[in-house]
Amino acid sequence: MHPVFEPTSGLRADRVTHYCPGCTHGVAHRLVAEVLEELGVLERTVGVASVGCSVLAYEYFRVDMQEAAHGRAPAVATGIKRVLPDRVVFTYQGDGDLAAIGMAEIIHAAARGENITVVFINNANYGMTSGQMAPTTLVGQRTTTTPAGRDPVQAGYPIRVAELLNALDGPAYLARGSLHDTAHILQAKRYIRRAFQAQIEGRGFSLVELLSSCPTNWGLEPVEALAFIRDRLVPQYPLGELRRPEGVR
Amino acid sequence: MKGNEAMAEAAIRAGCRYFFGYPITPQSELLEYMAKHMAEHGGVFLQAESEVSAINMVYGAAGAGARVMTATSSPGFSLMQEGISYMAGAELPAVLVNVVRGGPGLGGLQPAQSDYFQATKGGGHGDYRLVVLAPSSPQEAADLVYEAFDVADRYRNVVLILADSILAQAMEPVELPPPRDPAGLPAKPWATVGRGRRQETNVVNSLYLAAEDLWALNQRLQAKYRRIEAEETRWEEEGAEGADWLVVAYGSMARIALAAIRQVRREDGLRVGLFRPISLWPFPARPLARRAAASRGVLVLEMSAGQMVEDVRLAVEGAVPVRFFGKTGGVVPEVEEAVEAIRRMVAETAPHPAHR
Ligand SMILES: Cc1ncc(C[n+]2csc(CCOP(=O)(O)OP(=O)(O)O)c2C)c(N)n1
Ligand code: SF4
Repeated sequence: MHPVFEPTSGLRADRVTHYCPGCTHGVAHRLVAEVLEELGVLERTVGVASVGCSVLAYEYFRVDMQEAAHGRAPAVATGIKRVLPDRVVFTYQGDGDLAAIGMAEIIHAAARGENITVVFINNANYGMTSGQMAPTTLVGQRTTTTPAGRDPVQAGYPIRVAELLNALDGPAYLARGSLHDTAHILQAKRYIRRAFQAQIEGRGFSLVELLSSCPTNWGLEPVEALAFIRDRLVPQYPLGELRRPEGVR
Repeated sequence: MKGNEAMAEAAIRAGCRYFFGYPITPQSELLEYMAKHMAEHGGVFLQAESEVSAINMVYGAAGAGARVMTATSSPGFSLMQEGISYMAGAELPAVLVNVVRGGPGLGGLQPAQSDYFQATKGGGHGDYRLVVLAPSSPQEAADLVYEAFDVADRYRNVVLILADSILAQAMEPVELPPPRDPAGLPAKPWATVGRGRRQETNVVNSLYLAAEDLWALNQRLQAKYRRIEAEETRWEEEGAEGADWLVVAYGSMARIALAAIRQVRREDGLRVGLFRPISLWPFPARPLARRAAASRGVLVLEMSAGQMVEDVRLAVEGAVPVRFFGKTGGVVPEVEEAVEAIRRMVAETAPHPAHR
């Protein structure tokens, strides 16, 4: 019989993640781990966990990892990569981490063309600290710090990170995927794979933004949360590859 | 060589091959020296977008097992506190240089010692200590930077060289230590270099969600700090043994103090000695207390409004009077002012002739 599901050796089988039911952080972990396993680089990968719901990522991935201060993961990854240029180095960051407190670090790592891969989880709010506004929160979206819905006059407009970085010369690969259904999950995996491929080939900075659910703080059932991604997030954050170097398949 | 250059070259000779920094006066020659020479040694120089990034690059590189360094001056050192606290939590070794300038705020460019509290009392959040070494000449700065990498590795702790712009800008002959091959340095099996054949992953981390676990980390850190106190306390004396009065000063201020001490010995025939802490943390409290107890009084001279004087008072514990003279904001005390301060202290602490 053909196996329907097999664990990946990129994740530790002895750990149960702390993510909420229906949260797609788990799916993103799985995709990254599968890609690293399929590329055969688990033994020479160093990951950087950031501050946010994925703060314990180093407990789940079966790769060496460093924990970074809030927003600083791209700088930490830079330090690692400069010491170990032949290792695969990635960061795993949320939208508060990457697009608010860590905006300088991500822009400059990208501008330097730092040969690292960034997995960027966009769930349009701060999950870990219980659902405050993130830079990616939609106009009109209710969060604990925009209780009447995000009003751009008072709280500004959402930031499209992949597009922002696409203005720079440094990045080699930029894409935005979504985790709301199987077809999109498979597409997201292809993006993640190409991002790591770009790094392994030494082409420079790569980032995959993943639209991800936060049923807990959105106040939605898991299935409703997936629909929210499809109906509300995707129109604001168009999917696809923004930059892909010649020859990366 | 300029003090800044001597420190940079000594670091390279100690096997440091990674430098991440951000320009700030009066430290920039150190950065520029690294930019110019690191590549010749197969190393990496990277100008970060801020001190916040620079220290986090240092964090990553140290976690990956490298000998790594950064240098800055006061406002930049403030920005690095976040990363330094994380390095303390993750027990990462690295060498930092702070060429102190006058503050607070943007302050000025002139020499000062007003970052003493920040350097020796933690600086960032949490219970932690850096080993803080304060050279008083370009030669000593080179020697201490060279040694600092070994100290950092031995204890898995950040070592800070606390300099000032007199020292950093001074041009003096320096005898440089022999180059060391980074390949020959002891292994760091805890470093995150990729799992390789290891079963367990290596994790560089300072997050402990259970209070008992964080307590255990802090217990371990405190035990380490006690060990550092026992093994790394450094100081130097001149004429302190049997002296009737002590002057305590560090860094460039100690050189001014020494000139003043020599003058009062010569002109007034007073037995005044110098006690110079070299490690500001661990502070040489016991040797200082011993000397102080045998004296009639202590004068602390600083280029600050009075910061180290607090540690001196704690060490002396009221055994004899402790006086202070300092100038801050980048104004350097003149030898003549130091002489007056010594004479004042002597007059105030000598028994009145009528009571002899
Ligand atoms: C310097 C600092 N400021 C604030 C925090 C608190 N904090 C922890 S997680 C977080 C937001 C994380 O949100 P995001 O990056 O979007 O990740 P998510 O939890 O949504 O996955 C904040 C503000 C912190 N740990 N450090
Ligand atoms: S709070 Fe949101 S992002 Fe965090 S684990 Fe729960 S559902 Fe996921």
